[in-house]
Amino acid sequence: MAELKLIEGYPEYMRASIALVERTRPQRIGKLLPQMTPQEREDILNLCHPDYAPGGKRTLKMGPNRGDLAPNEVADLLEAYPLIEPDKIDLSQVDYETDILIIGGGLAGTSAALLANDHGIPAQRILLTNKLRHGDANSMMAQGGTQAADRPNDSPVLHYIDAMGGGHFTNKPDVLRRLVEDAPGVIRWLEDLGAVFDKNDAGEFVELTGGGTSRKRMHACSDYTGMEELRVLRDEFRNRKIPVLEFCPAIELLTDEEDKVVGAVVWNMETDEYKIVTAKATILATGGFGRLHIRGFPTTNHYGATYDGPVIAYRAGARLRDTDTVQYHPTGAAYPQQIIGLLLTEKLRTSGAQPLNKHGEEFVFPLEPRDVEAASFIRECYIRDNGITTPTGMKGIWLDTPLIDLIKGKGSTEKAFPAMVRMFKRFGIDMIKDPVLVFPTLHYQNGGVETDPQGATNIRGLFVAGEVSGGVHGKNRLMGNSTLDCMVYGRRAGRHSAEYVKKGVKVGTPGLQHVKNHIRDMRSSGIKTDRRTPMLLPDYRGKAVLARGIDIF
Amino acid sequence: MKKKKIDVMERVREASKAVITGVDDKDIEHWVDIHIMGKAYQVPADLTIMQAIEYAGYRLMRSCGCRAGFCGACSTIFRRKGEYKLQGAMACQTRVEDGMMLVQIPFSPAEKPLYDIREEKYESSVLLKYFPDVARCVSCNTCTKSCPQNLQVMDYVQAALKGDFRGIAEGSFECIQCGLCAIRCPAEIVQYHMAQFARRMYGRHGSPRDKNVESRVGEIEKGKFNDEFDRVMGLSEAELKDVYTKQQNTREVY
Repeated sequence: MAELKLIEGYPEYMRASIALVERTRPQRIGKLLPQMTPQEREDILNLCHPDYAPGGKRTLKMGPNRGDLAPNEVADLLEAYPLIEPDKIDLSQVDYETDILIIGGGLAGTSAALLANDHGIPAQRILLTNKLRHGDANSMMAQGGTQAADRPNDSPVLHYIDAMGGGHFTNKPDVLRRLVEDAPGVIRWLEDLGAVFDKNDAGEFVELTGGGTSRKRMHACSDYTGMEELRVLRDEFRNRKIPVLEFCPAIELLTDEEDKVVGAVVWNMETDEYKIVTAKATILATGGFGRLHIRGFPTTNHYGATYDGPVIAYRAGARLRDTDTVQYHPTGAAYPQQIIGLLLTEKLRTSGAQPLNKHGEEFVFPLEPRDVEAASFIRECYIRDNGITTPTGMKGIWLDTPLIDLIKGKGSTEKAFPAMVRMFKRFGIDMIKDPVLVFPTLHYQNGGVETDPQGATNIRGLFVAGEVSGGVHGKNRLMGNSTLDCMVYGRRAGRHSAEYVKKGVKVGTPGLQHVKNHIRDMRSSGIKTDRRTPMLLPDYRGKAVLARGIDIF
Repeated sequence: MKKKKIDVMERVREASKAVITGVDDKDIEHWVDIHIMGKAYQVPADLTIMQAIEYAGYRLMRSCGCRAGFCGACSTIFRRKGEYKLQGAMACQTRVEDGMMLVQIPFSPAEKPLYDIREEKYESSVLLKYFPDVARCVSCNTCTKSCPQNLQVMDYVQAALKGDFRGIAEGSFECIQCGLCAIRCPAEIVQYHMAQFARRMYGRHGSPRDKNVESRVGEIEKGKFNDEFDRVMGLSEAELKDVYTKQQNTREVY
């Protein structure tokens, strides 16, 4: 059969809808619908946000958060058997004995390593392990920017209030305060290490707003912000010769007689051997859970975002927070098929792009907090039936990107969004000339292992930083606060774990008693499953192949 | 009303099924033939190279990272049917084509020199001190032709020879460090390591510093906002909501 005929990347029927977008464009420039009232926001969330809509969740039956709600996909991983049989692991031979073990090599883990080193832990007494390569992390894909209230008309207090409101007033106040107070310091640190930010000729940062932020405080490196931040920190890390193990995920934590966390069992994915790492302090920086595809949503996340950190921490007794919420980014790509779910930065809307329905009409203020904006897209597509249907049967909303050049001047889209322009061009679409199709995509793990202002958890010896942690964003994170969280709490966990180590920690006998207890609790809670976790990687192999698979080698 | 909500979520799930649970053959109309490391496979025509490799049955560990064109893990080289040219691409950002013959390059072996960016002098000689290999450039442009980001790689290598840090920083800014340039370079230059050093040098020593951030860090250290924090953190939730709503109404937009 002949392939679908495309006109500059879009089939003819989608072109007809684009013509309506073009027709309304001149009268939309500079005019926006009003923001929703708090009541309207609440109503739309209850109507059709995936977190609030019925179904999809269940109550945890065991562990420190017994009784809390979590998405089924999350509960499945928490209430599962370990990958290893605890009695078959030889703990008598320690392969790596270190002061600080850092699990995860994104912005949070890398920042932690640098600060632990700054605070007196020698490079050789730090070990960073990563599931894939050092830097394979959601941080690398962060596009929009990093918030820091540094302009004269702004203040950390305004930043605090914005983040509190965005999080529906569920953020941990003391944890959030450190986030906003440390923010300008993080930007200055990055400048010191040589990160190249968007600046004007006078050397001032070019700053923008984001959804739910009341002042311009987003610091960006075009739409490669996370990549620039992480590759600079990783280069600094490499220059300091801090040891790193790649393709070696932690598959269980180790605990001693006092229930302190004292290291981890890591598994070399390429050789199948396990290694025992003991440490005086362990920092969990494993990132998020996009690859769980909660409620069947596509995701912006990298390949390894599979919730491994909370799974192993929960077995060691760590308390989680806000397990019931998931962030869906309003603007994931919905067309073409090859890039479904990939992130189209919020900065597109900050720079003037408007969401429109199939008639080319506005239906929502473009910069509501992410959960509200996402819910309004779902309503427009599935309740009001005003979405655009793609050839594969997805529905989407137009994001009118050509407005950016009209508002900010010719050439500004290409300058500010080289990654986006490049991605669409690879698949035959010119986003400077034509709108792009979007639909909410699974983006961020709002909750996680509960942290305090020092990055410490309720378990001695266990620190957390970045997306794996819970508390700072409450039940919904604002744009530009994730890279910030990684660096603020990476730095805090690095510094405070170093201080914890320097005070003198007695590491007892490393063991897996907590894993045995977990197995016992599963049985006594009546959980029936043959699932084994952490998940480590998703599986996208074709169904036909899997149907004929035999595991013999 | 309740029933309708459930329907919405189920319809969303159904609509994006193909990208989440793996491709089901019965949904596919168009197929292409490709060769993965010399073996022939028939795969759906709408997939990226990465999705096609997975469809064929490979479970990736190496050569797969962000799946969105930012991390440089999935460097792939291929030839099209009837074409003599060897192409470089990111597997996650390139659609399969009929007759494509491909292999992935999971790693680029290259040592990185060690330096302390704060101690280095901002002068052109440091580029050649750490990266003497750039002097071997024969201006053949192979690096530029092999770059999956379509950067003008040779131009920034030439900028290095002139000691132009800013030129390197701007020319290499969108580099994803996949290593394809270094692997194909006949002069065996490691372009992406040199560019990383030059960008940091430019960011640290070459570009003017922002003054607002400096003064704000000082204000925070002196405790300028402590009273305001104490006041706001002492508000009841209702009062805080009111403050928040008022603040949102004074927001800066574009």
